[in-house]
Amino acid sequence: MVAPSMVLIAIVALWPIIYAIWLSMHEYSLRQAGLSRWASPAGFGNYQDALQSAEFWSATRVTFIFTIASVILETILGLAMAMAMHSAFKGQGLLRTVVLVPWAVLTVVTAIMWKTIFDPNLGFVNSLLGTSTVWLGQEPHALMVMIFADVWKTAPFMALLLLAGLQVIPGEIYEAAKVDGATAMQRFRKITLPLLMPALLVALIFRTLDALRAFDLPKVLTNGANDTTTLSLLAQRTFQENRLYGEGSALSILTFIIVMAVSFAYIRLVGGNIRGMTEE
Amino acid sequence: MEAASVEQTRPAVKKRRKSAVGADPSTPWWMWFAVAAIVIFCLLPFYWLVNISLKTGPDLSSSDIFPPNPSLDNYTSIFENSAFTRALANSAIVSLVTTFLGIVVGAFAAYALARLKMNGKAILLGVVLSITTFPQIAIAAPLFRLWSDIGLYNTLIGLVIPYLTFALPLSIYILVSFFREIPRDLEEAALVDGATYFQAFRKVVVPLAAPGLATTAILTFIAAWNEFLLATTLTSSQAARTVPVAISQFTGSSQFEVPLGTQSAASVVISVPLILLVLLFQKRIVAGLTAGAVKG
Repeated sequence: MVAPSMVLIAIVALWPIIYAIWLSMHEYSLRQAGLSRWASPAGFGNYQDALQSAEFWSATRVTFIFTIASVILETILGLAMAMAMHSAFKGQGLLRTVVLVPWAVLTVVTAIMWKTIFDPNLGFVNSLLGTSTVWLGQEPHALMVMIFADVWKTAPFMALLLLAGLQVIPGEIYEAAKVDGATAMQRFRKITLPLLMPALLVALIFRTLDALRAFDLPKVLTNGANDTTTLSLLAQRTFQENRLYGEGSALSILTFIIVMAVSFAYIRLVGGNIRGMTEE
Repeated sequence: MEAASVEQTRPAVKKRRKSAVGADPSTPWWMWFAVAAIVIFCLLPFYWLVNISLKTGPDLSSSDIFPPNPSLDNYTSIFENSAFTRALANSAIVSLVTTFLGIVVGAFAAYALARLKMNGKAILLGVVLSITTFPQIAIAAPLFRLWSDIGLYNTLIGLVIPYLTFALPLSIYILVSFFREIPRDLEEAALVDGATYFQAFRKVVVPLAAPGLATTAILTFIAAWNEFLLATTLTSSQAARTVPVAISQFTGSSQFEVPLGTQSAASVVISVPLILLVLLFQKRIVAGLTAGAVKG
């Protein structure tokens, strides 16, 4: 019974990756047809080209700045939202629903939304700040808008995961700490944070891996202009728009390796949890 | 003696908890402030999209909080645009087919993983789970080449197949946790009464796992409806273009108009069904999203 789905997953997930590795080690020629186009093996030439290109390192830098900044902001904001939702018993139902709206909005729509909000004429950001900044048209600003859009879309998701974590912490622990004279800050640091850690780490993994492969936001917001080209966007542009299949595949594989390295680092960090999730 | 003293302290604890939690009058003012801030943070950007979508012509260069001359022109124009209506149909077909196949195939696999004795089950589940962390870009280039060679490029099937790859691990993962919570005795009783494994699955397990199936279906549908990278890489014309790709490629309703008006209108149109879905199935979605997070 497991077989059909495993075969499908193997064919469509594992096999293309093997094919991508093969593509990345060959030079593509537009002059010949079919498989013979791949007549010239290039060894690690495509990887060498990629690793020596300024574009690759710039995309890596952008991807990491975007990931680190948005994940940190999302975690702080998500935690604050989760704690507010946890305490506000009256409004909790409303909040749970409202918070799902950004999560349900498509990423492409999120990009269009923030484009209109930061638009120099149409948006309210400039009228609010009394400026006339062309936000998406200059360098640090465009990436800031991208981070902001990502935080808006995913902080609520973080909040829901963390709220579920908060709700399993028994209230008696807080009572006992209060009786012993612990301050609110002490209760947060010594009780909430450690007990929330498992939920927090899982949320962090999900979000980090998601942010590392960001494509939709930069594609629609700026199409990679003004220092917003992420690794996925660079790879996709290389093989689709420029038809450099070998180099595009090499970039894809490099992105894949980076994402896998980060996820292995996380799994080492929280190994017990992942195992707990898959064990019976 | 001890029992009595516990009894005595209990009501006191209860009272204190109630006041700490903040019943009616004692909710501090800043709590309402926080609630209001969250609501504004989540909804204001969406309101802005609606606001822009109701503006046309010269209004599309002003930042009024309310559209000065609200009009539905952007909406009528997108529904007259075959690029959008065709994409809506494509998205609906791709998402529904992916959801249906993902549920059916995923349910069998998840049931087997949850119930049957197998070697290396934990490893298998780990591998399946790790697929969800694969960056789509890693399979985009080879699928682009392969689909062009075998004629699946720019077709709806060409999208459904890779979507299933990402949908199946998620549905298997969520369903395994739901199936495990169904008491094994129920199926065993059915087996004793002469039912086959398949009958026990279909008549006993599936009805009991209905909430889990619903959760999985909603999450799969939303993921497929949302997908952009593969959709933009593997399609080239209206024949297979899905809604996110179509919207991102909008041009103005006339050559001189800012496309943001029509883009906003189309964005509102494709978001409303999802938002309604989310409002209706809020509890299920939260249960699905948090399935893995809390257990660990």
